[in-house]
Amino acid sequence: MSIQPGEKLVFGAPSTLSDRLTHYCPGCHHGIGTRLVAEVLEEFGCIKETIGVASVGCSVFTYNYIVADWVEAAHGRACATATGVKRARPDRMVFTYQGDGDLAAIGFNESVQAANRGEHITVIFVNNTIYGMTGGQMAPTSLIGQKTTTSPRGRNPKKEGAPLRMAELLAPLDGVAFSARCAMDSVAHVNAAKRAIRKAFDVQRQNLGFGFVELLSGCPTNLHMDPLSANRRVREEMIPYFPLGVFKDVTANEKAGA
Amino acid sequence: MSDERILIKGNEAVAYAAVSAGCKCFFGYPITPQNEIPEVLSKILPESGGEFVQAESEVGSANMLLGAGACGVRAMTSTSGPGIDLMQEGISYMIGSQIPAVIVNMSRGGPGLGSIDASQADYFQATRGGSHGAGRTFVFAPSTCQECYDMVQDAFDIAFKYRTPVLVLGDAIIGQLKEPVLRHAPRNKQDDKAEGWRVEGMGDRAPRLLKSVYLEDGALAARNEMLEAKYKAMRADIRVETIDTEDADLVVVAFGSMGRIARSAVQLAREAGHKVGLFRPQTLFPFPSEQLEELAKQGKRFLVIEQNAGQMLDDVRLAIRHYADADFFGVMPGIFVDAEELLTPILERMGGAK
Ligand SMILES: Cc1ncc(C[n+]2csc(CCOP(=O)(O)OP(=O)(O)O)c2C)c(N)n1
Ligand code: SF4
Repeated sequence: MSIQPGEKLVFGAPSTLSDRLTHYCPGCHHGIGTRLVAEVLEEFGCIKETIGVASVGCSVFTYNYIVADWVEAAHGRACATATGVKRARPDRMVFTYQGDGDLAAIGFNESVQAANRGEHITVIFVNNTIYGMTGGQMAPTSLIGQKTTTSPRGRNPKKEGAPLRMAELLAPLDGVAFSARCAMDSVAHVNAAKRAIRKAFDVQRQNLGFGFVELLSGCPTNLHMDPLSANRRVREEMIPYFPLGVFKDVTANEKAGA
Repeated sequence: MSDERILIKGNEAVAYAAVSAGCKCFFGYPITPQNEIPEVLSKILPESGGEFVQAESEVGSANMLLGAGACGVRAMTSTSGPGIDLMQEGISYMIGSQIPAVIVNMSRGGPGLGSIDASQADYFQATRGGSHGAGRTFVFAPSTCQECYDMVQDAFDIAFKYRTPVLVLGDAIIGQLKEPVLRHAPRNKQDDKAEGWRVEGMGDRAPRLLKSVYLEDGALAARNEMLEAKYKAMRADIRVETIDTEDADLVVVAFGSMGRIARSAVQLAREAGHKVGLFRPQTLFPFPSEQLEELAKQGKRFLVIEQNAGQMLDDVRLAIRHYADADFFGVMPGIFVDAEELLTPILERMGGAK
């Protein structure tokens, strides 16, 4: 984007974000999450030493938007692949960006085990309560009663279990240095999400352990909602079940003691 | 490293070979009959500045391997057949993304949990690609502890030469057998030339992406044509051992542990005055078809011996189809045979004892 004579730049894109249209649907929160990660990597000045691990889901093409070296992982295996990358290049900033089907269903074991080993990686987890890329099937995070293409009568906890709360599930593991849940439905929430993402990269920078941020997101397309309703759904239906907050921050005690 | 002769198991030879080949990362999950490989590496790899990770599963191992290989680092995993099953997805992604890695399969009996005894029934799994989408891996088949040592080192060179995962297919006999092994620094360690493609953080150059997804019109077709050309190019590195094939009437074709037992059986047949030779493929993919075809042209007969119900047999028949057919003698997985027992089917094809 170039500035024309007479124009003044009041809000630009971070240099770490490529100047191209995304494939995300209008109103999808993936775009915000991608941008927040790009902003943090720019602020840390570490983009040239960063290796991204792409997952399989609507986020697969994130490698086209964040300008860095990337490797594509198989569906669900991003945390295992990131483990291999980080063990081979411990001097590099390594992160994954994964959806809920990817991280919490097919890749649950890889994710939990990498967290438990305390791999020095940062994991950005986009929870939109649905399988976006494959067309709106039930996810491990789908809300109770949520109708999807594979739960036409609504998610029944007696048969399908209750939605997984990954940020709380990971927080007690010793290897986890930071775990938080944020949302992207309002400016205040977006700002908090950015602070959390910064923290999740910072614990990696300090070699403290696994950094994790869950981002509650809307998927207007598969929820069959307009963007504003999908946004409202985050606030009115998701946050009551998935409370926002920091569930673990190993740097917090240090500060309290200092 | 100065050359040194030591008495070790095939599995231990694999582990020592990895370190002397410059392996920097190992990822593995326990399974018999290959446990000595991770056990030895968990000790010696960190001592040589490498990373050892006991993965949560073979799914984990394979995808960790993909990550380390993507960084242009020499990395390895080892397992047995059931573990290769779980690795297929990762292997497919490595093939598609052109990521080098070494994968050792000390195979055991199946299907299912099968047994921990020797078996060559993973031949199809190893040579037909195993995973979805038509990918192929280069496959070495060692028959001695020394070959375990040498081929694992060479496997790293081949992996980087072609930017592809390389399988080393042994079995319970090769893994557990103890033999003297000459330890030496890699004989022909090549420059990996990974600077041109590995992910490492983009620095001041353009960003890089290692991927297997190709959605644009015609892109996947082009990708597969490139990969098919690569499988063809690999034929330059085909290896085969032949013994007494020149004047042989009957050529015994066998690989791996059966290859070594067949070697003794062929020797016994020769001592009894029969013109028998041995053809032992040391690479199973690519398969030494031209070399076999050459022998078929000369009018020789063929007997394939495998510890399965007939798998390499298909490749032999394809190779010689214009000139000859092949006979087969199978030993079921889990049954141990010695050279005398393999001599009987050989002599039968030679018209009985002389
Ligand atoms: C082994 C395997 N199984 C299934 C798929 C199909 N698949 C692709 S993406 C996806 C789910 C995506 O949902 P999610 O991870 O929640 O991400 P989103 O698209 O919602 O961002 C599935 C099931 C696959 N690629 N590989
Ligand atoms: S399908 Fe849903 S998650 Fe995927 S891009 Fe569209 S809105 Fe976003």
